[in-house]
Amino acid sequence: MFGTKEKEGAGKQIIVYGLLICIGFIYLYPILYMISTSFMNREDLLDTSIKWIPSTLFVNNYIDAARSMDFWASLGKGILIAGLPTLCNVAVCMLIGYGFASFQFKGKNILMGLLIFSYILPSQVTMIPTYVLYNKIKILGTIWAFVLPALFGNGLNSPIFILIFYQFFKQVPKVLIEAAKIDGAGYFKSFVRIAVPSAAPAILTVFLFSFVWYWNESYLTELYVRGLTTHSDWTNLVIQLKNFTTNYTETRTTTGDMATDLNETIRLAATMLSVLPLMIMYFFLQKHFVESIDRTGITGE
Amino acid sequence: MSREKKTKNPKVKLGKLEKKEARVGYVFILPWLIGVLAFMIYPLAQSFYYMWFNIRITPLQTKFIYVGTGNFTQIWLENPEFPQQIVTYLWQTILEVPIIVVFALLIAMMLNGKIRLKGFFRLVFFLPVIIVSGPVMNMLVDEGAATIPAMNVQSIVTALDSFLPTSLANNIGDLFSSMIMILWYSGVQILIFLSALQKIDPSLYEAAKIDGGSKWECFWKITLPTIKPMILLNAVYSVIFLSGNEQNSLITMIQSAMFSGTKEKGYGYASAMAWMYSLVVTLVVLLFFLLLGSKKDIYDRQVKRRKRQMKKEARQAKKIERRGIRNVKKLEHARKKRNYKTYDGEGDYR
Repeated sequence: MFGTKEKEGAGKQIIVYGLLICIGFIYLYPILYMISTSFMNREDLLDTSIKWIPSTLFVNNYIDAARSMDFWASLGKGILIAGLPTLCNVAVCMLIGYGFASFQFKGKNILMGLLIFSYILPSQVTMIPTYVLYNKIKILGTIWAFVLPALFGNGLNSPIFILIFYQFFKQVPKVLIEAAKIDGAGYFKSFVRIAVPSAAPAILTVFLFSFVWYWNESYLTELYVRGLTTHSDWTNLVIQLKNFTTNYTETRTTTGDMATDLNETIRLAATMLSVLPLMIMYFFLQKHFVESIDRTGITGE
Repeated sequence: MSREKKTKNPKVKLGKLEKKEARVGYVFILPWLIGVLAFMIYPLAQSFYYMWFNIRITPLQTKFIYVGTGNFTQIWLENPEFPQQIVTYLWQTILEVPIIVVFALLIAMMLNGKIRLKGFFRLVFFLPVIIVSGPVMNMLVDEGAATIPAMNVQSIVTALDSFLPTSLANNIGDLFSSMIMILWYSGVQILIFLSALQKIDPSLYEAAKIDGGSKWECFWKITLPTIKPMILLNAVYSVIFLSGNEQNSLITMIQSAMFSGTKEKGYGYASAMAWMYSLVVTLVVLLFFLLLGSKKDIYDRQVKRRKRQMKKEARQAKKIERRGIRNVKKLEHARKKRNYKTYDGEGDYR
């Protein structure tokens, strides 16, 4: 937008970069603050002359936090909790999006309206009966509480993913599918052989978003997968972070070998730990992430 | 004549192939249909049923006691917390959503331009998409990472207080103190805007430039009308995000009501509250639909007016033609009956 004219005023350049850097700093500030504080020891925290750079790299915070969060086990479970429903989401939403995009049938508009309505509807309305329902069919406190709705296209934010696939498959030229049909492929075969391979960017987008949203969902995870009253073993890092204070004091009193009291450096170290896996994934995949969004156009139009 | 009708009216009988295709379409979306019935409509109906009851869970059984509108009077009249929270929620959402949308648009436009270190800036601005989650945000807010220390919120509030009503000034003050969080919530919106901006045909801008349009004009006449649907989409997304996330005190209220073991509260009470809350959310979404959706830009309006005019003219022409035919027929009819004085329904005798 700001770069279409050949002659660029230096003042304008400065304004654009200034704004970008300022807003960028606002975005980065919490993360920088988190990183720097999490490495401070207690003396640094109390010393007012030290604001950003800790005097020593104090790694004990991380060790304590990781022990209290049961890091590796929670990480593994968290990956399962986010990964399995995500796989179902990708597969099923692709099927549904394809169905909406390439077939004409009666009541399609009504069903699309229902799809959008199911997204707008706040989940709190259905939360309690869903909880009761899961309890009744005995999937409360198991990972099925996430996998089963995802298998039926009603997982977390599924309507968005269906719409992304719908939008994407509408752009796939119909000629391709028709050619396959003439060559003797059935409906499902042409879907698997032609539509699915061409949808790689959409698949990547949906996979990433779904994974991230499932990973970050602490509320429903605690309610359904963990079971608010049953407390099964299922947990993820975000839930561990939520209950960090109680967990920490518990571990401290039982093992007794954690020297420091709970303070904000440890809390921020724990926050950092719960964010870190996603950040690593993002740094590796960010190129694909941004590109695939460019190509799919993640817009529900 | 009959062919014309066929193209106009979509309710023609489907051919064999089309019928089969429609059936396959249903098969493709079947999982979703089942899912919607089982995980949306059924719970929705049930929670509608629950909200008229006081539900008590005893170790032996679940007791349903019909209370009629008791839950609602309890929510609105006996407990001041809920109406208060709703009012704060409304203020916050209505103030925050425009900020989010405007910032997202600004950032998306800057990222879409020719800038150096584009990759780096994109990395930074998309980071919130990855990190934004309830407990992490809570932790950051608690530890003071969410406010810019240089910003003196209190002075802003006192300055605003002098010419605005107190409640509004306080809400705006809250806005400033949680500025970082608000900006952090705009990650997905930036993505949506960016992908929409990239789809705009650059030749449009070139044509406008040849015609002497400035950047400012280009923005208002090309960029904004093209991405208008995206603005609505982003506003709706923001509303839903803001009202569904865990920082929202209403959500925590509903949850705590749901699992509180007291006599008055419980599933029924929480269901009624959730219904009320989602009604409010729907109203807010509708508000944004009305604000952003219905208004067309000038060009569209002109086109629509012209189309309507043309339609009217066509209709009138047809009417005249039809009347002509009718008149001729009537005249013939009358002549056959040898009664020359007939009334054609339009006001004059012939």
